[in-house]
Amino acid sequence: MSLKQKDLVSLASLSPDEIALILETADSFKEVTGREIKKVPALRGKTVVNLFFEPSTRTRTSFELAAKRLSADVINFSPSSSSVVKGETLLDTARNIEAMQADIIVLRHPAAGAAETLARGVKSSVINGGDGWHEHPTQALLDLFTLRERRLEFRGLRVTIVGDIAHSRVARSNIYALTKLGAEVRVVGPPTMIPAFLDRLGVRICYDLDEGLRGADVIMMLRLQLERQGRALFPTIREYSRLYGLTAERVKLAEPGALIMHPGPINRGVEIAPEVADSLSSVILEQVANGVAVRMGILYLLSGAN
Amino acid sequence: MQILIKGGHVIDPGRVNGLADVLVEHGKIVAVGQNLGVASHLTVIDATEKLVLPGFVDLHVHLREPGFEYKETIATGTAAAVAGGFTSVCCMPNTTPVNDNQSITEFILDQARTAGNAHVFPVGAITKGSEGKELAEIGDLRRAGCVAISDDGQPVMSSQVMRRAMEYALAFDLPVIDHCEDLHLTEDGCMNEGIVSTQLGLPGIPAAAEEIMVARNLALAELTGAHLHLAHLSTAGSVRMVREAKVRGIRVTAEACPHHFSLTEEAVRGYDTHAKMNPPLRTWQDVQAIKEGLRDGTIDVIATDHAPHATQEKQQEFAAAPHGVVGLETALPLTLALVEEGVLSLEMAVAKLTTEPARAFGLNKGTLTPGSDADVVVVDLHESWEVDPARFRSKSRNTPFAGWKVKGRVIATLVDGRVVYEAVSA
Repeated sequence: MSLKQKDLVSLASLSPDEIALILETADSFKEVTGREIKKVPALRGKTVVNLFFEPSTRTRTSFELAAKRLSADVINFSPSSSSVVKGETLLDTARNIEAMQADIIVLRHPAAGAAETLARGVKSSVINGGDGWHEHPTQALLDLFTLRERRLEFRGLRVTIVGDIAHSRVARSNIYALTKLGAEVRVVGPPTMIPAFLDRLGVRICYDLDEGLRGADVIMMLRLQLERQGRALFPTIREYSRLYGLTAERVKLAEPGALIMHPGPINRGVEIAPEVADSLSSVILEQVANGVAVRMGILYLLSGAN
Repeated sequence: MQILIKGGHVIDPGRVNGLADVLVEHGKIVAVGQNLGVASHLTVIDATEKLVLPGFVDLHVHLREPGFEYKETIATGTAAAVAGGFTSVCCMPNTTPVNDNQSITEFILDQARTAGNAHVFPVGAITKGSEGKELAEIGDLRRAGCVAISDDGQPVMSSQVMRRAMEYALAFDLPVIDHCEDLHLTEDGCMNEGIVSTQLGLPGIPAAAEEIMVARNLALAELTGAHLHLAHLSTAGSVRMVREAKVRGIRVTAEACPHHFSLTEEAVRGYDTHAKMNPPLRTWQDVQAIKEGLRDGTIDVIATDHAPHATQEKQQEFAAAPHGVVGLETALPLTLALVEEGVLSLEMAVAKLTTEPARAFGLNKGTLTPGSDADVVVVDLHESWEVDPARFRSKSRNTPFAGWKVKGRVIATLVDGRVVYEAVSA
C-alpha cells in the first residue's frame, strides 16, 4: 500500500487507511531514532528542501533531522535569505527550487492554501509544514502517533481541544483526523475563537473549560498567540488564563490519567500551568520526539523509496 | 447610410416584444416595425431567428485607466463590453489617480472617444482621493460628464461624510452609489464567513459587513431624500432590507452581479483565486434571495462589476490575490440562464440589462425608441459555446467561468449605428 497523492497537504483529504499507513511506517523509524547510529540510507541521493516563509524552529529542525536521518541532502530556504523579498511569487520560487532537482519540498507559509497551490504547480512532492490557519498535518499525525504509542484506541476516544480554534491549523488538522478515526472531539474556547459552523465538522463546542474537560481521555492545549490581544478576541491574558488555562485542579475533572498534549511552544502560566506541563500525564516532549519519526515516515512514503 | 436589421425578434422592454425590423440611419433608430426599408442603398443585417435588443448598459465596470493599464485600458475594456453586448458602461473612479476631478473625467471620455467602442459614462469619486474625508468637487464632476458618484472599493465609512455627500448630490440629482462594506468588520477577510472559510482556514467576511452598511445607507437615504444606488448586493439580508425600503418609498435602486447569482462560496474550495471577489460569493440561500430579488424587482439591475486583474496578480496565494473577476463577456449567457431556470421572463432579463440600468442613472440609453442612439445588439439565444478566457477581448483573464458550457451569444453589436462587433461564425 502507498499514499494516493504525491503530496501531503491536508488530513481532510487523507483516508483512515492512509493515516494508518503513515503511523505504521513511522513505527519502524521510531526504532531507528532509538539506535546509537540514528541513520538509514533510505533517501540517499534525494534532496529535501525546507521552504519556510514563517519563523519556525521546532518544525523546521524536526524535518531537517528527519531528512538527515534518512540520508537525504537537506537545504533550508527562508525568505530573509532568498529572492522572495524581491517580489518573486511563491510558485516561481518553488519552480526554481524544483529546477535544482528537489524531490520533496516542505512548505511553511502564512497563507492558507499555499501548500495546495504549490502542490498543483510543481512536480516535486510537497509536504505542508503549516499553511496559515488551514492545516498542519504533520503535527496532527505526530499527535496521533503519540496517542497510539500510549495504546489508546481512537474509536470513542474523548479528546478535548482547548484554545484559539479559529486561528489554529493544529486544531483543524486534529479535528479532521480524529473525527475520521472515530474519536469524540470537543473544542473549548471563548466564542470569539470558535470559527463559524465548526459544529458541522462533527465536534462538540463548549465555552466552559470545566464542562469540556469532564470525562476527557486526552486534553490538547493550544498556544495562545499573545499578539492577538487587542484584536477584541479576549480582554486580557489574565482573564483568558483564568477561564481557559489548564491547572492541576482542572485536570482532575478529566478521566484519571488523561494525557496532556501541547504542540508547543508553550506559554507557561498562560494556557497551561507549569506543574501540569511537567506532570507525569504530560506527553509534550514525547510529541516532539515522535515528530522526527513521523516525519521520517512521511518523507519515506513520499520519496517513492518504498 | 441606412442599416436594416431585418426579421428578428425585437425586445425593447415595455414597448416592443415580437417580430420586427429595425431601421437605423445617421446613427439613430429611425423606426421599429414590419417590412421596413425600401431604400436601395441599404445595408441589411439578417436577424432571422435572432433577438434584436437595445445595447446593454452596465452600471459597474472597472476600466483601470488611468493607472493600471496592464490590467485593462479603456480601449480593451470597451472592446470586451461590445463583445458582450454592452454598448454603454459606467466606469468606477478607483483609478490612479482617482477620478475625483474634472481633468480625469475628461481624460476618460477622451480615451473612450478615441477607442470608439462602447459609450463610457464615468462615475466620479465621492471624496477626494476616495479617502472618505473631504467631498470631491461633485459639481465639477457632474459638469465634466460623471453620471453618479461612488468611492467604490473604499466605501465611505463616516456616516457624516456620507450624509453630506447624499445631501450635496441632491443639487445635481446624481445617484450616490455605495459598495456596502463595514471595513472594520471585514478586517482581513477574503471570502464569505461560513463553513467553507472555517474548513479552508481563511479569514471570513460575514454577511453583516454588507448588511450594516446597507442599513446605514438606507437610513441616510431616508434622511436626505437622495437617490441611493446599492452596488452588487450579495446577501439575503440586504435584499430583504432593500425590499422593505422600496415599499416605504425610499429612493433606492440596486444591482446584482452574475457571479453572485451563479456561484456560491463552494467555488472557493481549492483556493481558486478566480472565485475571490468583494463582496464574496455567498451561500445557496443568498443566491436564492438574489434571484428572488431580481424576480420581484427589489433588484433593478444586473451589472457585472467587471474587475480585470493580471494573471500574475491572481496567481498569488488566496489571501494575497486581489479581489475581482472580469464579467463583461459572460454576463449575457449567465443572465439568460435565469430565464431558462424560470426566474425571469426573457423581457425582464433584457430590461435588467437595458431599460432598468438606464433609468437608474438617468441615461438616455437602453432603448430602441425612434430617435434614440442606434445602440443595438443582435443575440442568438440558442447558440451554445464554451467560455474560453484566451478569446476574451479584455486584457485580463480572471474569470471563474472558464470551461463553462453556456447558451446565448452576441452575434453583432452596433454603437451609434456602427457595427463595432461581429461574432466570428462558429
